[in-house]
Amino acid sequence: MAGPDTFKATTVAVRDCTVTMLRGGAGAPLLYLHGANGAGRTMPFMEALAERYDVIVPEHPGFGGSDEPDWLDNIHDVAYFYLDFLETMELTGVHLVGMSLGGWIALELAVRSTARLKTLTLAGPAGLHVNGLATGDPYSWSPEETMRQAFHDPKIAEAAIAAFPENVEADDTFLKNRSTFAKLGWDPRLHDPHLKKWLHRIDLPTRIVWGENDKFLSADYAVEFAKLIPDSQVTTIPECGHLLHVEKPAEFVSAINAHIEASHSEASHSEASAS
Amino acid sequence: MRFYYFHLMPYADVDLEAVKAAGTSWVRLSNSNYDPVKGAKLYNRYLDEMERAEELGFDGVGVNEHHQTAYGMMPSPIVTASALARRTKRVKICILGSALPLRTHPLTVAEEHAMIDNITEGRLITGFVRGIGAEYHIFGVDPTESHERFHEAHELIIRAWTEPGPFEFFGKHYRHRYVNCWPRPYQQPHPPVWIPSQGSQETIDFAAHPDRKYTYLHTFSPTVAVAKYMNMYRERAEEYGYTASPDQLGWAVPIYVGDTDAKAVSEAKLHFENFRNIFAKMPIEYLLPPGYTSRESMKRVIAAKQSMFADLTLEAAMEHGMMICGSAATVRDQLVDYQKDLGFRNLLTLLQFGTLPADLTSANAERFARDVMPSLREVGEEAMPAAASA
Repeated sequence: MAGPDTFKATTVAVRDCTVTMLRGGAGAPLLYLHGANGAGRTMPFMEALAERYDVIVPEHPGFGGSDEPDWLDNIHDVAYFYLDFLETMELTGVHLVGMSLGGWIALELAVRSTARLKTLTLAGPAGLHVNGLATGDPYSWSPEETMRQAFHDPKIAEAAIAAFPENVEADDTFLKNRSTFAKLGWDPRLHDPHLKKWLHRIDLPTRIVWGENDKFLSADYAVEFAKLIPDSQVTTIPECGHLLHVEKPAEFVSAINAHIEASHSEASHSEASAS
Repeated sequence: MRFYYFHLMPYADVDLEAVKAAGTSWVRLSNSNYDPVKGAKLYNRYLDEMERAEELGFDGVGVNEHHQTAYGMMPSPIVTASALARRTKRVKICILGSALPLRTHPLTVAEEHAMIDNITEGRLITGFVRGIGAEYHIFGVDPTESHERFHEAHELIIRAWTEPGPFEFFGKHYRHRYVNCWPRPYQQPHPPVWIPSQGSQETIDFAAHPDRKYTYLHTFSPTVAVAKYMNMYRERAEEYGYTASPDQLGWAVPIYVGDTDAKAVSEAKLHFENFRNIFAKMPIEYLLPPGYTSRESMKRVIAAKQSMFADLTLEAAMEHGMMICGSAATVRDQLVDYQKDLGFRNLLTLLQFGTLPADLTSANAERFARDVMPSLREVGEEAMPAAASA
């Protein structure tokens, strides 16, 4: 049973860049790539996942306690970094889960190589732009406004705001994360215009999970991604905003579990029929 | 002292209630609030005011660049400077400045400024800025690259002006197989460069460097901040091994000269407060997008957030030296004192601000030119190095 001590803080040096991470649980490796707000603390959805998997939650270069390497300029740099990371950590058969900005990183990684990956789960990923679909502008929002836009249930937003440290805008981690978030997503705005040309390369069972009431990226984006990623299915979580891992952790975890189980049975089924 | 007539060209006819409702005149105030018929009248009025500055004896006129806002109607200072280039004959034309990182091809800045320098036979004073935070939202330029882009664009422009072309320039942000600036600037090696800023160690280090000796222009701040950064410039110059000339320092400040102290305050009050509390106001997310400035400066601004973002009365602004307002004698005396304390040579007067209408603007400029300027001309000149004061 996963408890508060399940996750241990650790670091890994990948070439010249040391990143901090939380790791806990046992089972197949599950790499979770966090969104723009960073990671660094154990959250309920992580503990639930740790009951089945070896959950690895690094802080991206430029976020939290991780280094800010000189070479970090764009999302592609982060994708290549994570390919190196998988090699350094000697991880194979990885269930990759990416949230928002982390979903975009997961996509950029997967179009480059899926050699060390087994499944892909995307939660409200950035990375694509479709004219006419509604998006918010998190760069123009205050920390309070960001929370109000992030959740469908205003009570969750107000609780998150109440938990802010005093003068949150002057907090070192907040400023560091926000600056790296700008570096990766300001221009082109939270997408790579070339990514869509290569999404067909993702040869993994892919689940696209979206909060029905997402105000960062409209849930219509799920359909657009599904058109471009060959083996993909969409799960929509009702009454849920962008930060679905916080607002609906149980639904998020069930979607990941169901996806991984389904890909197992599919894999054994196709192996059986091949023999 | 030397005197420059600096204009922001605000869209003074804006519906102030609409600005208040939007919470800012920047980025999100819809341009449906701009009436071209009124705007055209304002453009011509403001150009008249700047042209008149030459007749009044000012040494120069100053323009600047701001985008998509009622705060200033000069998305291109090049257009304003060009309009003034042939209508004036004597004054310096100061572009304070062109926002380099916002340009996709800063080589066009080198070309446009060089054209104006040629047309005016060497009356251009060039200024380079980064552009304010709101403009990074507008143009989608990554604010974390702002400093890098500024320095790379600056190097490209100075080299384009001073090195025989064609040559190659392959930077991280700007890449040209052929740099070969036609026309070359009229002034050799290039027009004087001014750096407008609200103060940062990094800007001072850059401007004061002996390879550059650019004039540091401190804009719209309490005099304690102006003094701090001007002292920092002089100290930095000494560390670099030379003594800064007063000509390397400039101060931009709103000024209103009335018949009496009381009349000055009553005439200026509403229009100054509109300038400061309505036109200039923007949320911190617009002013300081992530990575636009160092984390330490960001923290300093946030610590001062209450005072920086709170409304300011004219009286409080006068007390902090953010506005000089009074009879000619009062304004003169204060400027003598400020010059003595701050040691600058270049005074950029903002004689139109906010909603200040044409009649008060011209009366203000006439009084300043007639009753204040002449007696200040020699103030501080004794500190000028002999060659430069000639």
